[in-house]
Amino acid sequence: MTLPSFRISRRGLIKASAAGALMPFAGLTSRAARAEGPIKMAAVYTVPVEQQWVSRIHQAANTAKARGDIEYVFSEKVANTDYERVMREYCEAGHQLIVGEAFAVEDAARAVAKDYPDRAFLIGSSFKPDAALANFAVFDNYIQDASYLTGLVAGAMTKSGNIGMVGGYPIPEVNRLMNAFMAGVKEVKPDTKFQVAFIGSWFDPPKAKETALAQIDAGADLLYAERFGVSDAAKEKKVLAVGNVIDTQKDYPETVVASALWHFEPTLDAAIAAIKAKSFKADDYGQYSFMKAGGCSLAPFGSFDGVIPAEVKAKVAEKEAAIKSGAFTVAIDDSEPKSS
Amino acid sequence: MDVITILFTTALWAAAIRIASPLIFATLGELLCERAGVINLGIEGIMTVGAFAGWITVYAGFGLWAGVVVAALAGALFGLLHAVLVVPLGLSQHVTGIGITLLASSLAYYFYRLALPEVTSPPKIEPFQPWAVPGLSDLPFVGEALFRQTPLTYLAFVMVALVAWLLARTPLGLAIKAVGENPAAAEAQGINVIAVRIGAVVAGSALMGVGGAFLTLSAFNSFFFDMINGRGWISVALVVFGSWRPGKALVGALLFGLFDAYQLRLQQWAGAVVPYQLFLMLPYVLSIIALILVSRRAAYPRALMVPYHKGER
Repeated sequence: MTLPSFRISRRGLIKASAAGALMPFAGLTSRAARAEGPIKMAAVYTVPVEQQWVSRIHQAANTAKARGDIEYVFSEKVANTDYERVMREYCEAGHQLIVGEAFAVEDAARAVAKDYPDRAFLIGSSFKPDAALANFAVFDNYIQDASYLTGLVAGAMTKSGNIGMVGGYPIPEVNRLMNAFMAGVKEVKPDTKFQVAFIGSWFDPPKAKETALAQIDAGADLLYAERFGVSDAAKEKKVLAVGNVIDTQKDYPETVVASALWHFEPTLDAAIAAIKAKSFKADDYGQYSFMKAGGCSLAPFGSFDGVIPAEVKAKVAEKEAAIKSGAFTVAIDDSEPKSS
Repeated sequence: MDVITILFTTALWAAAIRIASPLIFATLGELLCERAGVINLGIEGIMTVGAFAGWITVYAGFGLWAGVVVAALAGALFGLLHAVLVVPLGLSQHVTGIGITLLASSLAYYFYRLALPEVTSPPKIEPFQPWAVPGLSDLPFVGEALFRQTPLTYLAFVMVALVAWLLARTPLGLAIKAVGENPAAAEAQGINVIAVRIGAVVAGSALMGVGGAFLTLSAFNSFFFDMINGRGWISVALVVFGSWRPGKALVGALLFGLFDAYQLRLQQWAGAVVPYQLFLMLPYVLSIIALILVSRRAAYPRALMVPYHKGER
């Protein structure tokens, strides 16, 4: 775990406790500081910034930083048991916007927000915002639109009609994308058989790879790669894979046929604008991940551009336009997907 | 495919051996430490260090085998730290071991971040490829499952034979066993108990380092922080399962690999009806049952976890 901006020393501890004692007055100074200059943003991640999901937030934050909108510091690989402490440290240090992920520390994160009502919290969460906690807004990767489109491609590309899907844990943000993908596949090939497996870990690529190999043994010729390791199995066995959240086409040019990308920029930019306008409140920022808001997209097909049949590409383009215009909405289904 | 026919697929057995390979290295390493009377709970962290050190060596442009050597050295280094703390200084082996795990895994990640401060997705290397053993790989069934693995898997099997031979047939092996059973008697024979124990822990930790490196150099091609994911702890249990004997420990590791490979396939077959958690539990539950059945007659090294102080009565 690294804490670049905070070193525990005796002096630091005294300062921190002094700051704690002055907490009732802290609001006054920070409110004054808020008016000008870039917003001081701090992010608290439970995983390294290489993790697919977090890497998108990290990237968007760096973009905003380069633009001069924010000052950005972060802590990665913070244990859930440590999460609240790190959030509080950033609040004490005067950061105005706290970005994080509260999937496993929902109560603690909300408690921190309650104690620092003048700070803005933009937190990844499986739950909804609470009007009583006005400074706690939630987001998540609602990229079901793009996942659905990859499903359309996958349905056309699978020959055996047997698709393997490997996920970490069946939590809403994983389930939602898997279900949207499956809906897309079924629209093209209704009798497709799905093998769904979860490995019970976010970081065990060898296990994800073994799981994917087992699915290929059982007849899958296309894999939905929710975790690192799945595309490697597909590459090894020369079957296809569909990517998720990040674009891995250039790493697996013969394997990854389509990817659903998440763009965190609209979410972060909306929060920054709200803070600048002093109108930040307990909103659900999930909508900024929708395709309409530019929060997700279908990655370029890359080396598969000439392989995917033209009529499939036409159908995808047509659906994409319908989603963007609002004529078609991809259903949000957070239930755990099952093998068929 | 149903429950029974899965058992007769070569893919299942090949997967079982793949999954078992890192466990074989780590179990052998732990076994060597414990035979000398030292339990090494630094195993999980030492494997993490091995996984990282091996990977970064290859990433830096050196060969795969150089990566394996560096992983062994890195493992040995942390083994030395553990050994110095618990053998001559006689600290609690449990507490020190856990401390080593925390330190080693955190340092591995720290150096990862120092080496690669600005990466968005973990960089990859070109890992070991399966190598078909000429002649043997053409055997029906066995050839497909056993003799089309990566070189590190073959090395794991060689190490089992080597450690078994060392313990059973050499004066050094006898010395290791003696300091683990009755250090005072070993001392009376002119054996330097402290040196033999330190040596065994260092050598065992080197094996653990290679076990970790299997994951980044053979099973996969990049380093992730939590990727050891409990494999070290499993190995500690497998030592007990194997009654502190290399051959039996190998059987234990293979059995665990088989259970895991089997559950992955069962999950595809029955995942719609049975919650996936039950399948993930399966190898662990079966291992516990096997442990209960096997370890009732297990005789642990008599001086395990007992620090030796020269001249003490």
